[in-house]
Amino acid sequence: MSILVVAEHDNASLISGTLSTLAAAKIIGGDITVLVAGENAGSVVTEAQALEGVSKVLVADNAALADGLAENIGNLVSSIAGNYSHVLTPASNFGKNFMPRVAAKLDVMQVSDIVEVVSADTFVRPIYAGNALMTVKSNDTVKLITVRSTAFDAVEATGGSAAVEDLAFSDVFAGSSFISRDVTLSERPELGTAKIVVSGGRGVGSKENFAVIEGLAEKLNAAVGASRAAVDLGYAPNDCQVGQTGKVVAPEIYFAIAISGAIQHQAGMSESKIIVAINKDADAPIFNIADYGIVGDLFDVVPELMEVL
Amino acid sequence: MKVLVAVKRVVDYNVRIRVKSDGTGVDKDNVVMSMNPFDENSLEEAMQMKEADVASEVIAVSIGDEKSEDTLRSAFAMGADRAILIKTDVELEPLAIAKLLAKVVEQESPQVAILGKQAIDDDSNQTGQMLSAMLGWSQGTFASNAEHVDGAINLTRETDAGLETIKITLPAVITTDLRLNTPRLPKLPAIMKAKKKPIETHEADSFGIDLAPRLEVVSVAAPAERAAGIIVANAAELVEKLKEAEAL
Repeated sequence: MSILVVAEHDNASLISGTLSTLAAAKIIGGDITVLVAGENAGSVVTEAQALEGVSKVLVADNAALADGLAENIGNLVSSIAGNYSHVLTPASNFGKNFMPRVAAKLDVMQVSDIVEVVSADTFVRPIYAGNALMTVKSNDTVKLITVRSTAFDAVEATGGSAAVEDLAFSDVFAGSSFISRDVTLSERPELGTAKIVVSGGRGVGSKENFAVIEGLAEKLNAAVGASRAAVDLGYAPNDCQVGQTGKVVAPEIYFAIAISGAIQHQAGMSESKIIVAINKDADAPIFNIADYGIVGDLFDVVPELMEVL
Repeated sequence: MKVLVAVKRVVDYNVRIRVKSDGTGVDKDNVVMSMNPFDENSLEEAMQMKEADVASEVIAVSIGDEKSEDTLRSAFAMGADRAILIKTDVELEPLAIAKLLAKVVEQESPQVAILGKQAIDDDSNQTGQMLSAMLGWSQGTFASNAEHVDGAINLTRETDAGLETIKITLPAVITTDLRLNTPRLPKLPAIMKAKKKPIETHEADSFGIDLAPRLEVVSVAAPAERAAGIIVANAAELVEKLKEAEAL
């Protein structure tokens, strides 16, 4: 079998989901090629060459590939996908954006968001926001797969010495162009990959009060998360949202503070190793899935916690 | 210009679903069904385009069994001008759905097709992107803002790191995210009128498309349940427990 992994990166470094996607590729087994499509992404290529288990790195360098526009990445991947038994990419905004285009062009039914590789043609994927797990077998000759990063442990970033090969790209789609990016800057770890996540919910009460959540996150070197309710009320920006309609996280410790634990939120965090819930309401559903709970007001408990940490 | 909006009938988002004991799927008998929430955002966006004189006609399309008529009636109640039902009793995969929608686009010649970013039952997140690739149209997924300017849309997308803005020229496929707008609540007279409006119905297998599923469902299972843990008295005890578990 020969597997193509389409790397996600920002032209400067690989995004960690790529390493988890490689882990899924290794379980499928076979010769692994990584595609780096971007512009002046030399440092990403160097990083990709060193990844464990990669035998070749394909490099497509073109201004039209710099910003991950789905039409162009889709055209590029479609042009070579037929050479592989499997094409994998992270089930991130990047992967979700272009992979179905490849599926349409190849007339293949994509398998989205896999959390387990059962065999080379059979995979497990969550449906209904993770409230059910569906095992599907793909009979397509090329299997197109997006991988849920939190479900696979990243491969080693070192140890490999893959060969590099250039890949030409000229099939630029004229109808779309990139204008601007508004990235939320944070000193703290990325929400999707942080070892500890501290999330606040509706009960935090206001945008100003959210500083309490941020303070605890800072103390623990954790990422900040939020429930959909907190985001909708404007307490926290949307890219902090954890849940079915936001990000799926699986840290070592997840602090759910003043979050009741709606099904939609649980879908985004129930795979966390340890869940800690702090809530005034002893009947909040979050306590049903938490490993450790404290019934109390966050404005009492969090400062206490800050002291003993 | 015409705008096409795809709407899907799904298990209501407030329902806690149950996996069938024989592992073949999810129990949908006697369960509350409603329009996929993202599709409500799609319809709202189309209605706002019409109110801003960007669009002239809003056509809602649903693909599913006879009961999808309910979903199309909801679309009428929100303001859709016409409704098309493509009838099938089998559950179709996104690839087949996208092919059918492409046929409707061929017949109706809209300039914009709006779809939800995903349906909350299957969670595939594929149909809009597939439709865009099949038609060779511009693609704007996970939209949180859309500004129409001279035959193009400045579309703001929600990404993992924040937001990005792209310019897509028409014709285009847009997939909607929740923060794009707040769907309107239909008023009672509109709901009453919607009951009487005609729905154009076509059989899915009349389009000459291979609709057979490509993926074989081996099984559907409930996820392992997380057991409830313990309530600790205070922050100090919590930290002690976390240290015992070697998490801190």
